[in-house]
Amino acid sequence: MEQKSKSYQVNHLKQLESEAIYILRETAAQFEKPALLFSGGKDSIVMAWLARKAFYPAKLPFPLVHVDTGHNFPETITYRDDFVEQIKANLVVGLVQESIDQGRVQEEKGPKASRNALQTVTLLDTIEKHGYDACLGGGRRDEEKARAKERFFSHRDEFGQWDPKNQRPELWNIFNGRKQHGEHFRVFPLSNWTEMDVWQYIKAEEIPLPSLYFASERDVFTRDGVILSQTDFITMLPEEEATARKEVVRFRTIGDATCTGAVLSNAATIDDIIEEVAAARQTERGTRSDDKRSETAMEDRKKQGYF
Amino acid sequence: MSEERGYLDMDLLRFTTAGSVDDGKSTLIGRLLYDSKNIFEDQLEAVETSSKARGDEHVNLALLTDGLRAEREQGITIDVAYRYFATPKRKFIIADTPGHIQYTRNMVTGASTANLAIILIDARKGVIEQTCRHAFIASLLRIQHVVICVNKMDLVDWSQERYDEIIAEFKQFASRLDNVVEVTFIPISALEGDNVVDKSKNMDWYQGPTLMYHLENVYVGPDANHIDARFPVQWVIRPMSNEWHDFRGYAGRVAGGVFKPGDDVVVLPSGFTTKVKAIHTLEGEIEEAFNPLSVTMTLEDEIDISRGDMIAKPNNQPKVEQDVEAMICWFSEKKKLKGREKLILRHTTKEVKAIVKDVRYKVNINTLHKIEDDLEFGLNDIGRISLRTSSPLFFDSYSRNRQTGSFVLIDEFTNETVAAGMII
Ligand SMILES: Nc1nc2c(ncn2[C@@H]2O[C@H](COP(=O)(O)OP(=O)(O)O)[C@@H](O)[C@H]2O)c(=O)[nH]1
Repeated sequence: MEQKSKSYQVNHLKQLESEAIYILRETAAQFEKPALLFSGGKDSIVMAWLARKAFYPAKLPFPLVHVDTGHNFPETITYRDDFVEQIKANLVVGLVQESIDQGRVQEEKGPKASRNALQTVTLLDTIEKHGYDACLGGGRRDEEKARAKERFFSHRDEFGQWDPKNQRPELWNIFNGRKQHGEHFRVFPLSNWTEMDVWQYIKAEEIPLPSLYFASERDVFTRDGVILSQTDFITMLPEEEATARKEVVRFRTIGDATCTGAVLSNAATIDDIIEEVAAARQTERGTRSDDKRSETAMEDRKKQGYF
Repeated sequence: MSEERGYLDMDLLRFTTAGSVDDGKSTLIGRLLYDSKNIFEDQLEAVETSSKARGDEHVNLALLTDGLRAEREQGITIDVAYRYFATPKRKFIIADTPGHIQYTRNMVTGASTANLAIILIDARKGVIEQTCRHAFIASLLRIQHVVICVNKMDLVDWSQERYDEIIAEFKQFASRLDNVVEVTFIPISALEGDNVVDKSKNMDWYQGPTLMYHLENVYVGPDANHIDARFPVQWVIRPMSNEWHDFRGYAGRVAGGVFKPGDDVVVLPSGFTTKVKAIHTLEGEIEEAFNPLSVTMTLEDEIDISRGDMIAKPNNQPKVEQDVEAMICWFSEKKKLKGREKLILRHTTKEVKAIVKDVRYKVNINTLHKIEDDLEFGLNDIGRISLRTSSPLFFDSYSRNRQTGSFVLIDEFTNETVAAGMII
């Protein structure tokens, strides 16, 4: 008997996987027109991977939506298209350039111009244009304190706003996605995953990632204390020219090339990255070396957060 | 290498923490995170700085989990916050509910997914009304493992006598609870770390495990029901592709028991019987499916099945009825339950209309006495009602199966979740 019940034990990654699949299926079932927000970062990659599992052998019953600033690392779009092909999904692209052309947003001027802030408008326009009533996001509760009480099914009013007072309690396996006309939901299937879980899962499942996540020698320079990649979209200021150099770096998030900072790292494989994440977690009290962390955490937030 | 395998073999423990204001809950959670090295350095730095600014003698670990406290001060909704940490043995999810007087609703929410509850008692105060309330909620929600942490032992001179007295008080109260669960008592000092992660040097008289040892080793395997096979259909998969032309799969998360290819099954509500043909996952067909796995099943015969139906075994079926007796906890601040209310009921993957036929009684959760003269339910009220649903539910009692024995009630106009229910 003891022996028997033992075999029904499943490890925590399997539990998290099966919970996320449950949420993905609930989203498909409870909403008329859901969409999966695909940033090209690791969390949205894992989420899309799980969606493939949830509906196999059928195709995903919702599209992946990508907001393209036009200022991408070249690898990003190649990766995206290959990945979408591999998991047999439909892709909907919202172009920031289009929002600019239509006068919906103003392109920033000057050498430090970035399209990062413009993405939100393009995203909301894309959601409205297609009438999506639930958007799946890769947000995790462990990202920051303020997210710790976020729901799996997060209710937004007709203006797309999150009202902390109007969030519904979530008990057991039961999720209440009922809404009035015009209201939306954001759904976060990875709520209970930590950064470590995501990396472990990527390893266990051998999920391909954009090469940007892995350390390699790149042409970089420093702007406002952040290491940026030299690309066609960026004009270096004279004082920045002096910081131009080759350096072994990797990216912890994948976003707009004009403002996504790199970190000094030799982590060239998933195992290396897992070690790096584990080390950051266990830093002993008093050593304060890795001051890049909070910057990248900020970016994590912008990318995956409340969009 | 072995460490890696360790991580992949780790299981998951979900626990909730309860205690009244100032019993030391935030300090305890901070201590668990700190002593198991689960704190990011930027967090720690921030905490050290603000502890210093406040002139605290110790690093104030409570500040680590203080997102909620700030809210309390600002008068924002107090709620459940989820926190995560891992040791080489286990991954933990804490449902942290602030120790507000009026927080029954949040504790019920946190407890609904927990395998274990930690209840804090201040050694100076002993068992108080709120301890009883917390123990009652843990037993109502059928949390299998309860840990009573007698905290602030440093303030009672690490006294064994005081500790024994508190245990006796608690046991006397607990004997009146319906569901006997496993209760473990641990004397601790969250502030100084005694018996939290490291064994106390101040209490030689205590021979039991530290809190962390207990959390890492308590056996949670049998919490799920592996006897009564239940598969609420969540979604029907029809690829309609050339390769999978006639494929019709039923997707869902096993809510109980075990399903294997070849098993005789019955589909509710139609009552048709057939056999499991295969259990599919992206990685290929699997030999068995059990809780909590999400899978897709195909059946031998073509039967009309849709979301909200349930697949079970012919010789072990859930109740199929429109009349339900349940304990509920009322959640709404705005809406009260007065007599024959019409509501939406959500149970497994099914949604139906329901009408409250009768309010039997409410429970005074501090004394466990029944209240029969005031039957209106407001926020945080717990009691027993009977319901009739617009179509049959396929259910088990909550004590038998948490998934098929639970439901929520929703206001059909505001869509607010107004109550949680446990079927008797
Ligand atoms: N002496 C002593 N004080 C404690 C202990 N645990 C917590 N405290 C103090 O009790 C107060 C309330 O603790 P806190 O963790 O904020 O309580 P909460 O309201 O339950 O979260 C704080 O001043 C803590 O420093 C303990 O084990 N011993």
